[in-house]
Amino acid sequence: MSIKLDVIDRAIIQATQSGLPLTQRPYHTVAEKIDIPPEVVMQRMQAMLDNGVIRRIGAVPNHYSLGWNANGMTVWDVVDEHIDTLGQQVGALEFVSHCYRRPRIIPNWPYNLFAMVHGRNRDEVEVKTVQIAELLAPHCRAHATLYSTKILKKTGLRI
Amino acid sequence: MWQMDETDKAIINGLQGGLPVCERPYQIMALQFAISENELIARLENLLTQKVLTRFGPMFQIERMGGAFSLAAMQVSEDDYERVTETVNALTEVAHNYRREHQFNMWFVLATETPAGIVQAISRIEVETGYPVFNMPKEKEFFVGARFAA
Repeated sequence: MSIKLDVIDRAIIQATQSGLPLTQRPYHTVAEKIDIPPEVVMQRMQAMLDNGVIRRIGAVPNHYSLGWNANGMTVWDVVDEHIDTLGQQVGALEFVSHCYRRPRIIPNWPYNLFAMVHGRNRDEVEVKTVQIAELLAPHCRAHATLYSTKILKKTGLRI
Repeated sequence: MWQMDETDKAIINGLQGGLPVCERPYQIMALQFAISENELIARLENLLTQKVLTRFGPMFQIERMGGAFSLAAMQVSEDDYERVTETVNALTEVAHNYRREHQFNMWFVLATETPAGIVQAISRIEVETGYPVFNMPKEKEFFVGARFAA
């Protein structure tokens, strides 16, 4: 299901994708910038929140600045017939922030389950990774943890 | 050197949730941190300047607008890494890019307005860098909910 956006929605997205203005009336500031009445800006943004075009309006922290220094993308080669059940269970672990099924690319990449695990250091990530390994144990053939060592870019969506 | 205080931490934790859509949203949120509207705005500006926050504003789900996201990876040789990073980052379709310790050492997220945009961006990167790009679009989302306690 895809939501149809018109020129007003697109103007609002373009005016806010790099950030919401830090002014007392931020939606009015957006409205002035794109020359649309503030009531319309607020009504459209509320509608986009309601239909999921906007996931949320809020702060995106730099997890390194907050002391979350170890960021491990754990990847797993899980038997196809069990991946959907097991993926749900891995995604439900409180320390997993993102969890997806993705295609294998044989022979270069055998892994089909991705779970992001964060910790203050790598030991913390490894303790958590062991819990995932135990959960997947009988149906997992291989796994790896890819630690991030540098953010090369983090701008988010631009349309 | 500037250091985060308890109020900053409360703001970071409290504002990962949701700013309301109304005339004075910062005034409403400021109440929960027991500070003034202007102080909240000043603290948010500072957290962005200090790069504790990478962004403050709406998070868009491009898939809901008919667009697409994908995760892609490359194996880039070390002496070429800087050049390839510049080339990849120059595409507006590249939303995030991370260096990771692995044979696949560059991982980026593409966000495009149409599903065809992913394919186009990937072939452009392959042509401009000379490296193959391994496209790994999500087939199923089990969970997304990154929250980082300050």
